Amino acid sequence: MRNTRDTESIFELSKTGRRAGRLPACDVPERSITDLLPASIVSDAPPALPELSEPAIVRHFVNLSTLNMSVDTHFYPLGSCTMKYNPKRNERAAAMPGLADLHPYQSDDTIQGMLQILFEMQETLQEISGLDACSLQPAAGAHGELAALMVAAAYFRDIGENRTKVLVPDNAHGTNPASAAMAGFDSITVKTTADGFVDLDDLKAKLDDEVAVFMITNPSTLGLFEPNMQVVADEVHALGGLIYLDGANMNAILGVSRPGDFGADMQHYNPHKTFSGPHGGGGPGAGPICVTEKLAPYLPVPVVKQDGERYRLDFDQPKSIGRVRAFFGNVGVLLRAYAYIRTHGPDGLRRISENAVLNANYLLSRVAHILPVPQGRRCMHEFVASGSTLKRDKNIAAMDIAKRLLDFGYHAPTVYFPLTVPEAIMIEPTESESKETLDAFAEVLFRITEEDADLLHEAPHTTAISRPDEVKAARQPELTYSVE
Amino acid sequence: MPYLYNTSEDQQEMLAAIGAESIDELFDPIPAELQLDRELDLPPAMSEMELNSHLSALAAKNQHAGQAVCFLGGGCYDHFVPAVVDAVASRSEFYTSYTPYQAEASQGNLQVVFEYQSMVTRLTGMDVSNASLYDGASSAAEAVLMAITATRRHGKIVVAGSVHPEYRQTIATYLENLETELVTVDTPGGVIDAEELAKAVDDSTAAVVLQQPNFFGCIEDGQRVADIAKAAGALLITAFDPISLGILARPGDYGTNIAVAEGHTLGTPMSYGGPFLGIMACDQKLVRRMPGRIAGRTVDRRGNPCYVLTMQTREQHIRREKATSNVCTNQGLFALRATVYLSQLGPQGLRETANLCLQKTHYAAEQLCANERFSLAFEAPKFKEFVIRDAENKVEQLLKSAEGDGILAGVALGQWYPELSDCFLVAVTEKRTKAEIDALVQSLVNSKAVVPVQV
Repeated sequence: MRNTRDTESIFELSKTGRRAGRLPACDVPERSITDLLPASIVSDAPPALPELSEPAIVRHFVNLSTLNMSVDTHFYPLGSCTMKYNPKRNERAAAMPGLADLHPYQSDDTIQGMLQILFEMQETLQEISGLDACSLQPAAGAHGELAALMVAAAYFRDIGENRTKVLVPDNAHGTNPASAAMAGFDSITVKTTADGFVDLDDLKAKLDDEVAVFMITNPSTLGLFEPNMQVVADEVHALGGLIYLDGANMNAILGVSRPGDFGADMQHYNPHKTFSGPHGGGGPGAGPICVTEKLAPYLPVPVVKQDGERYRLDFDQPKSIGRVRAFFGNVGVLLRAYAYIRTHGPDGLRRISENAVLNANYLLSRVAHILPVPQGRRCMHEFVASGSTLKRDKNIAAMDIAKRLLDFGYHAPTVYFPLTVPEAIMIEPTESESKETLDAFAEVLFRITEEDADLLHEAPHTTAISRPDEVKAARQPELTYSVE
Repeated sequence: MPYLYNTSEDQQEMLAAIGAESIDELFDPIPAELQLDRELDLPPAMSEMELNSHLSALAAKNQHAGQAVCFLGGGCYDHFVPAVVDAVASRSEFYTSYTPYQAEASQGNLQVVFEYQSMVTRLTGMDVSNASLYDGASSAAEAVLMAITATRRHGKIVVAGSVHPEYRQTIATYLENLETELVTVDTPGGVIDAEELAKAVDDSTAAVVLQQPNFFGCIEDGQRVADIAKAAGALLITAFDPISLGILARPGDYGTNIAVAEGHTLGTPMSYGGPFLGIMACDQKLVRRMPGRIAGRTVDRRGNPCYVLTMQTREQHIRREKATSNVCTNQGLFALRATVYLSQLGPQGLRETANLCLQKTHYAAEQLCANERFSLAFEAPKFKEFVIRDAENKVEQLLKSAEGDGILAGVALGQWYPELSDCFLVAVTEKRTKAEIDALVQSLVNSKAVVPVQV
């Protein structure tokens, strides 16, 4: 039950003189601050943070948490996000002091256990991807994309080829073209067919020897495996280009098919999707990348190497693109992924994909009675329904359906992505859901499509707030607390 | 399999509804020659008990900061994490929730982000903060990119050699494929030389990058650097230490245009270096160029105040290749941790924490330098770390010997600064007791002469 008073702004809960944390007394001889630091650099008073008692802090934040939906509390069929169960044993593992309380500059001798885990993670990700080398450095999927594109840039520079372009399908995740631009490339869009497959004619028209990389998501953002994958890879490789695989959808093909086997030269993983890392309300994630042998020399430093029984950090990579962040990597996220993979083993990983694909196809078969699914009767781990006929016939938009689902205790699916499907509703149930949940969701979806359009335009009705004024938020930004 | 619901009966029912004979049939769209014809070559599945034992055994091979006394710094520190932070961050609704795109399902996360942003602006004296980026180094790199587009100067970025080497390396990587040059002004005296800086900065300079306190723990003359940047029409990017702002003047108070930091010190354990928290705050006039998510306050259709992700037209999911950055993830959970931490400490607690760091650092430096073998490499005032020069130039052996005494004594600097290969960096946080500091001094002073060092 929600307590509305204690979810007021934390600044409004502040009262002068209240204090939560206490520090120990100074046990070394104490000197005046201005003896130790120039007066000009010392502030008169500390920053104006709120003053609270500890119970107030707990009550405030715990109440705020109850205003969220989460995987632990709700079905969250967000396409392309893979909102699967976040195992608690992984949380326990990551919190072990011997894994959590390590400083990144400790000598290799004092962290052999950690280095072994990271080395095994490198090997594991290579095996799952069918590629030859791995960097655990990047801090997020988009960061991995950026790092991989920089690797490609370094490779082409090294072999003396001037390649300025990156090709990106029109249904790609927005990070793809954004990453290409940050890596200094011109991003050029390649058309996809109505099924979301690469338009081969358009690809061939745009392919030339200035193309460095073709970025592809496979299975696609429509949840379909690219039937012309081999052809696409061959075409790009024939002109000396590289294939980058956006690995966001790996949940569909674990142990079934490997990017390295279907033509990818580079890929990133999203361990916070595929390998159950918690989403944390927006992060942290991680974005490890794997590449073929010829690209390995350009990977960011450091990598973990094994010499006999011993593990070490290796910085001796003269062709490396350098660092993409400080310290080693998002180890906390990688630890959880490691624990998850070790829990499943090879057959368990395959079973994840089998059930993810089964659940998605089952839900598709139920939803297809309610909303058109332009791609047809089959999908991989996710599918995209279209609200366009509903919009046309009843003036109900995808957004209205999404908002109304909240009233029934479901987090909305992804809406308006990919851009190539009008009124897109992208649904990814994941493998960690039951048939009963999928049936109930489909029934609610049906109910909603039968509801009155006005009711839906004002949905949700049962949540604490409804339909925030986003225009006002953008035009008159209020981005920090101020006393009114 | 522990996390699946589907029994074989469920599977049969679902296959019947789909009209497929088997699950394998669902993979038919993948050409046979592209399907793996063997199991993945990975170790077999583990039960929870086995997983626990396996990871405990690996954890036991590490010396952690609960066992060995940690004096390591260089951008990551052994600061105290109050229990309240862990308790709040382990709420299911916080850590298993998603990015707050659906505002009605995420008011908890959005309000936390708004409170985080508000605390960061107060902490830094800057106008506006974003919802966070990956870490300090990539925030610095993003700030550099922001400065280039904001000033439209593609000529160069000037960075002090006293800025964290890994931040500088990251910035260099980000600039590699762009036309902007990265110019480093060396700091042999441990702090920026204003004249040297002024020579390097001109009207092709988009920004000057300063770290305060710097990588060596030394206090820079921020105002002077700001003046030099401003005179040339360049922006000032300051990488700050959040804990230091309990005592030190805030970046916004001396003319910083973009303030960035590694925020793990605000309630997140060291975690072998990540995931961490990239803090970024800027001038009001730069807000539309700022990368990452931003939460804003608005009203809903009933007139109730509420929070929402805003100014999304900057971001990749809308602007794609024209976005301010490719950033998608923010460190939501760690922004939460920082917000709880700052709430727990409050202004007085932050000041006291900073003061303890300051006092203990000075005590440690004094005690160590009482011995002839050790001296301070730099004269400049320090906050919570300092650089010690070893007159015997045996830094590796020193640190190794200290490890044997259960002390992680410092970070050797030769790996980044060849001219400082006889030096190491010592950090002293509020957690270090007088007894621990005395033990550090004892260990280093009595260090075994020659200890075999494993290469």
